Amino acid sequence: MTDNPLKTTAPDSGLRIKTAVPSKGGSADVRPGEAEIVCKSVNLAYGDNHVLHDITMEMESRRVTALIGPSGCGKSTLLRCFNRMNDLIDNVRIWGEIRVSGLDVNAPSTDVIEVRRRVGMVFQKSNPFPKSIFENVVYGLRIAGIQDRAMLEEACERSLRAAALWDEVKDRLEESGLGLSGGQMQRLCIARAIAVEPEIILMDEPCSALDPIATLKIEELIYELKAQYTIVIVTHNLQQAARVSDRTALFWLGRLVEYAPTAEFFTAPKDKLTEDYITGRFG
Amino acid sequence: MIWFTGSALGICLLMIFGLLTVILVNGLGVFWPHAIERVTTRDGSVLAGELAARQAIPNPGHADHLLNHRIQLRTGNRDLYGFDFTWVNESDIVARERPAGIFFVERSEYGPLVGTPVRITVGDRTIASDPGAAREKLPELVARAARDREAIEAIEKGAIGEINYQMERLRLEARSLDFREVREPGIDLSAERAEVQRRDERERARYAEVEAELVALLESAGGTRVSFETVDGQGKELRSLDIYRAYPANELSVLERAGVYGSRLWTFLSDDPREANTEGGIWPAIFGTVMMVFLMSLAVVPLGVLAALYLREYAKQGVLVRTVRVAVNNLAGVPSIVFGVFGLGFFVYFVGGGIDRLFFPEALPSPTFGTGGILWASLTLALLTVPVVIVASEEALAAVPRSMREASLAMGATKFQTILRVVLPAAAPGILTGFILAMARAAGEVAPLMLTGVVKLAPELPLDSFFPFFHLDRKFMHLGFHIYDVGFQSPNVEAAKPMVYATTVFLLLIVVLLNLTAIRVRNYLREKYRTAAF
Repeated sequence: MTDNPLKTTAPDSGLRIKTAVPSKGGSADVRPGEAEIVCKSVNLAYGDNHVLHDITMEMESRRVTALIGPSGCGKSTLLRCFNRMNDLIDNVRIWGEIRVSGLDVNAPSTDVIEVRRRVGMVFQKSNPFPKSIFENVVYGLRIAGIQDRAMLEEACERSLRAAALWDEVKDRLEESGLGLSGGQMQRLCIARAIAVEPEIILMDEPCSALDPIATLKIEELIYELKAQYTIVIVTHNLQQAARVSDRTALFWLGRLVEYAPTAEFFTAPKDKLTEDYITGRFG
Repeated sequence: MIWFTGSALGICLLMIFGLLTVILVNGLGVFWPHAIERVTTRDGSVLAGELAARQAIPNPGHADHLLNHRIQLRTGNRDLYGFDFTWVNESDIVARERPAGIFFVERSEYGPLVGTPVRITVGDRTIASDPGAAREKLPELVARAARDREAIEAIEKGAIGEINYQMERLRLEARSLDFREVREPGIDLSAERAEVQRRDERERARYAEVEAELVALLESAGGTRVSFETVDGQGKELRSLDIYRAYPANELSVLERAGVYGSRLWTFLSDDPREANTEGGIWPAIFGTVMMVFLMSLAVVPLGVLAALYLREYAKQGVLVRTVRVAVNNLAGVPSIVFGVFGLGFFVYFVGGGIDRLFFPEALPSPTFGTGGILWASLTLALLTVPVVIVASEEALAAVPRSMREASLAMGATKFQTILRVVLPAAAPGILTGFILAMARAAGEVAPLMLTGVVKLAPELPLDSFFPFFHLDRKFMHLGFHIYDVGFQSPNVEAAKPMVYATTVFLLLIVVLLNLTAIRVRNYLREKYRTAAF
C-alpha cells in the first residue's frame, strides 16, 4: 500500500484502510509522472473479431489520460482491460502485457479482486445500487469485510467530500442513492470508487448522460482528484479531453494512432488522421 | 372491436362477481338464526322448522307447470323423524305461524332439535316442571354445560393426551430395547428395562387418577337433563352437557340475532368439527391449511431461488440450459394429481419408509413417516409449485440491470458477493411475485393432498405442547379437502350444504389474506429496491 501523504484527504484522520492490498510483483509506490499503467503490445479479440491491435502505451501516475476516438474503436475495451472487466464477456482473448502499478494484470497468479480494488471504475451510465447513499459509498469497504461503523462513517464522509458531494447529501445519507439527480448520482459513483482508496480510476464516458453544468462539476472534480489518483478517461467530447487531460490518445479501428501531451495533441498533431479527427473533417 | 373486447372482459367480471356473490351470500348467511315456522297441513299433521327454500313445482306438460310452490322446512329432530328436511306443498298448508316458546337447540348428536323445553331434572329431582320455568333455567344450564365440556376436554386432550403420548413413547422405548438386545447379544439392559417399567407404572397410576377425576366430572355434569317436546307432541330428553346452544327462535330481537350470529361464527372458526363434519367448526382445517402453506413456502422459496440462481447466474447458457428451462416451464403444467402420485411414491413410501426403517424401527409395522403427513404434503406441493418460483425468479434475476452487477464487480466484489448484496435484493420483488403465485396455487390444491396426508378428521393438530411440538408426521385437515368431504362424502348432504358454502368463504378468505400479506411485503421491497429510473 502506498504511504504517500497526498493520499490522505482528510488531514485530521490517521485512518488507513486495509483494503488496498500489499503490492505484489511490483512497487505500488509510483511517483507522479512516472508510468503507472504500462501496455505492451496489447491485443484483444472477441472470438474472431480482433478488436485491439498491438497497443503499446504508458499512462502516467497522478495525471489524467484521455482516450478518444469514434465509437467502436476499442478505447472502452482497452479501459476495461485495466481492471479485467472483459472477463465478464465470453470468448475474449487477450495477449500482450498490461502492468498496473507493476502488477501483471493478466498473469494467472494475479487475483482479479485485487486488481479491481486497485483500479476503480466509473461507468457511462451512473449505476448506484438501490441502497442508501451511505451504503452505496461504503459498499467496497463492506465487501472487504469492514464492519466498524465509525470507520465506515469516516470513510463515507471522506469519500463524499473528495467527490464534492458531501454538502449536498450530508443530511440524507440514509435516503436512497437513486433519489439523486443524474450529476449527483455520477459523483456518488465516483465517491463509491474512491472509498476503497484505489490507485487508479477509470472513467468510461462519465459525462455523456449529463447536462453541461453537471459535466462541468465532474470535470472540476477530475481536476482535483488527479492530485491523488491516476485517471484514465474515455470521452467523445474533444473539448472535455482538452480541458481535463494531461495526455490524449486517439484510437482508430483498434489501433493507437497518436498519443501525446494534450496541448501538443490538439495544437500540433503529428498524424493526418488526428488532425482530421480533431477538426471534424470526416464525411 | 372495442365492444367486442370490452364485452369479453365484462363477461369475465360478471362470472367472477356472480361466483363471489353466491359464495358470500350463502356462506355468510349460514349463521343467521332464522325464525321457526309451525305448519299445519290438511291431513292434520304439524311440522316446525326453519324455512330453508321455496320453489315452484315442476309438472311439465300440465297447466299448473311451475305455478304452485312448495317450501322446504329444516325440521331438525333427526332422531325422531329420521330426516332433517321436509318438503311441504303450499297448497296443502292450512296454517302457518311463528309461535313463541319454540327453541332451536344445537346439540352433540343428530343435528339440531326444534322443540319446547318442558322439564328440567337433576338426578331424581325436578327443578323445573313447566315450560316457563324451564326456559328461564335453560340459558344458565347451557352456559354451565359449555364450561363443563371445556373442563372435560381439558382433561381428555390435556392430561390424558399427554399420558397416552408418554405411554406410547415408553412402549416404543421398550421395543427399541428389545431390538438392541438382538443387535448386541449378551448386553445387560435390565436397568433400562426397570426404568421403563417404573415410568410406565407411574404413568398408569397417573392415568387412574385422572380417569377418576374425569368420571366424577362426567357424573356431576351429566346428571342434569332437559326434556323437550316437539310440535307434534313427541318428547326428547337431553343431557344438558350435550346442548351447545339453545335460543327461542321466534322471540329474538335483531340485536340478539346478531349475537347468536356472532357466537355461531366464532364457534365455526374456533371449534373442532362434530357429527361427520356437518356441524361444529373448521379450526383444524384452517390451521392445517395455513401451516401447510408455511411449510411449503419454507421448502419452495430456497429451492426455487437457488435453482433459478444457478440457471441464470452460473450455468453456461446453451442448449442444455435452454432444454432445462423449457422442461421447467412444462413442469408447471403437469396435472397436480400426477404430483400427488409422485409424492406418495417418492416421499411417503420411499423417503418416509426409509426414515422409518432407519430411525423408527421400534414403531413398525405402524408407520411414523412412512404414511401421509403434513411434511410430505407440503413437500409435494413445493414440488408442484417450484416451477412457478423458478420461472419468476429467473425473470427477476434477468431484469437486474447489467450495469448494477458491473458496478459491484468493478468494486472488487466476488460474484457471490454481488449476487448476495446486489442482485438478490434487487430481484426480491420479482421473486416474491413468483412466491405469491405459488402460494395461491398451493393453498387451493386438493388432489395431491388426498394422496399425501389429508384426512377428513384429524384428532390432533400438527403443532401442540408435547415435545417436539411440530409433529410433521401427523395427518392434517385442509379447507379444500374439507369442502369436498363435507359436500360430497357426507351422510347428510342437505344439512352439510351450508357448511360447504361457509368453508368456501373461509378458504377464499385465507388465500386472499396470505396473498395480501405477501403482496404488502413485495410492495415494501419494491419501494426499497426501486431500480434507477431516469
